[in-house]
Amino acid sequence: MSTGTWGWLILAFPLAGCIIIALGWRLWPGRTAGWLGSLAIALAFASSIGAFLSLLSKDPEHRQVVANAFDYINIAGLHVKLSVLVDPLSVVMCLIVSGVSMLIHVYSVAYMDSDRGYVRFFSYLNYFVFSMLLLVLASNFVILIVGWAFVGAASYLLISFWYRRATAVRAGIKAFVMNVIGDVGLVIAAFLLFDKTGTLDYAGVFARAPEVFHHNDGVLVAACLMLLVGAFAKSAQLPLHTWLPDAMEGPTPVSALIHAATMVTAGVYLIARTHPLFELAPTAADIAAITGTATLFMAGTIALVVTDLKRVIAYSTMSQIGYMIVGVSSFGYAAGIFHLMTHAFFKALLFMGAGSVISAMGGIQNMDRMGGFRRAMPFTFVTFTIGALALSGFPLMSGWFSKDSIIGFEFHRGGVLFPALGVVALITAFITAFYAFRMVFRTFFGEQAPEAVELEEGQLAHGEHVNPLTGEAEDTEVGFPGADHHIAERDWPMRAAMAPLALLSVVGGIVLIPGVTDWFEAFLEPSFKDSKYYSNIPGSGAEWLGLVLGGLIAIGGIGLAWLLYIRRRGVTLRLAERFRRPHDFLSHKWYFDEAYDAVFVRPIGNFGSFSRRVIESRFVQGFIVGGAVGVVRAGTSAARAVQTGYVRAYALLLVIGVLALGLYFLLQSS
Amino acid sequence: MDVSWYIVLSALIFCTGLAGVLSRRNPLVVLLSLELLLNAGNLALVAFSRMWGNADGQIFALVVMVVAACEVVVGLGVIVAMYRNRIPIDVDEMSELRG
Repeated sequence: MSTGTWGWLILAFPLAGCIIIALGWRLWPGRTAGWLGSLAIALAFASSIGAFLSLLSKDPEHRQVVANAFDYINIAGLHVKLSVLVDPLSVVMCLIVSGVSMLIHVYSVAYMDSDRGYVRFFSYLNYFVFSMLLLVLASNFVILIVGWAFVGAASYLLISFWYRRATAVRAGIKAFVMNVIGDVGLVIAAFLLFDKTGTLDYAGVFARAPEVFHHNDGVLVAACLMLLVGAFAKSAQLPLHTWLPDAMEGPTPVSALIHAATMVTAGVYLIARTHPLFELAPTAADIAAITGTATLFMAGTIALVVTDLKRVIAYSTMSQIGYMIVGVSSFGYAAGIFHLMTHAFFKALLFMGAGSVISAMGGIQNMDRMGGFRRAMPFTFVTFTIGALALSGFPLMSGWFSKDSIIGFEFHRGGVLFPALGVVALITAFITAFYAFRMVFRTFFGEQAPEAVELEEGQLAHGEHVNPLTGEAEDTEVGFPGADHHIAERDWPMRAAMAPLALLSVVGGIVLIPGVTDWFEAFLEPSFKDSKYYSNIPGSGAEWLGLVLGGLIAIGGIGLAWLLYIRRRGVTLRLAERFRRPHDFLSHKWYFDEAYDAVFVRPIGNFGSFSRRVIESRFVQGFIVGGAVGVVRAGTSAARAVQTGYVRAYALLLVIGVLALGLYFLLQSS
Repeated sequence: MDVSWYIVLSALIFCTGLAGVLSRRNPLVVLLSLELLLNAGNLALVAFSRMWGNADGQIFALVVMVVAACEVVVGLGVIVAMYRNRIPIDVDEMSELRG
């Protein structure tokens, strides 16, 4: 089959899965819907491999294939085709997205078991994968925006999946609003680019850009900044990041798939995809790198104090995406995409482990109540620890290679800015190792939680149906897991999904070992052949120096976590007491939510209630509606007076009318 | 042929009918007066038809008779139904349609 056909097949399977599962929502018995969804994604993954192999069989100059389906829009000089672009970058993204999605689908088959929205869940999940693949495979900005908006919608649907939970619905709305800000940014960027280049095709825009824009052209910088608004909203970077921690309200597989492994990395993909524009407008790229660094540091510090297990991983996700953004926007594309890939593995794994623990705890996410799950859940303990090691950048794990290749690139770029960013990234690497093992030590070591004891005795943990955030009782009738939902790690699909990810988290780094392998870089090269920076990579000696340094930092962070949480337990409470103000500052997440509340949410809310009280009730209801009603009422009461109901009166009127007509015609004719 | 006598007669019958429709309160008489109106029209139609030597007017008169017959059937049916339901047989009492 041709490469383009593989591209279309990648899209077709998840879409078909979504529709078939949704149409049969009453028919699928038991876990059928889950397996159907997994099958659809497995087929998409197989097609991605097909596309990958068919690209490999071509020579590197011909590895960018555009396959047209039909003209999507063709009016007034705007010519947009519905087409997919199969090139190394999109194929790598497809492999990551469909591969990780496949495992998460398998995990969800067991995790979501006995949920009342089981079929709905898999339909949404397939829809999400379709949207994400559409975003990745788009060959022009219009299709990109379509996919971009689709994944936003899928994210909203899945965050608010348990729609009886008020907090989940609010979180969904928050995420959607933030994402729409990004969508608007992206659309404006497309307008600007179309205005100057006259096309929306990637290839056309990138070919025309050097002709119409000079270096750091104002319009181009504005367009790139608008692209960044889209990228930052989707990837939860400063200042549009506040939705991601709240998105943890969704079911854990959703957090693993959308809010860790795939969707939130769309911003990284966007920057990598539009790299010719960013290389022409380095100012915008520098702003992106600075923002990414700020985010990675801020999120890392917040993750130090958050006690909600899933939120720690969420902040860690923000932080790691910060690394990727820094990587791609300082033109270290291979490093950034490499980290995207390894992060997808270990972060999905961490979320799955967290999901296991949370389901064992009966939905409780607070680490203060966890502890000692090491013996109760050995499998989860091992895989979670592997994920945490990879996240910390422990030597020889996948995260070690990918994170340090980004940091190495920063120092190699030179100048003042990039090494400074690299230093911040190194400091945050220490923080990362610390909070990763803070999770491990607090969850799996220490005193056993009652649930852990129960599990060890062979019972299943039972859920308390309360909202972990507000403590309110949950309505389990609709849209929330039933009483027998909590199954810990015992079901084999959950383990079957976690094992491959654990393996990949360990060995995922072999595709790009400095001085040994360069498969990843070499394969991606055709997508970045017009980049001035792609081949400008640090020497392997320098990279190994960075790797050794990064490994030492990781071990240091893990050691500190061990010291504080195992060796001298309780010292953390005293530290928090001692540094009350910084601790408050961090546990309030740098007061971003409060600031947004004060600046945007509350003024707009007040304006809304003012409009409702004054404009709506006085002006609209009172004057416009009331006035119109008054006019009509006066008119009708006059008309009613004529209708006496006396037949003879009507007859008289008729006669008078006929006489009048007759008289008129007589006068006319004379 | 001089049609003026026919027209005068037709006008007289018409005015009689009109007066009946407008002034009588018994629906039966109103119906009778309506018949007078229609037949006055018929007379005029036939008279003009003779004047022009054209049969169209006479055919129209036949059509009017059919309509009149239908109308009488319906009207009488309504009156009988009212009588059976002990509704006063008086057009001024029947003013439920007032606004």
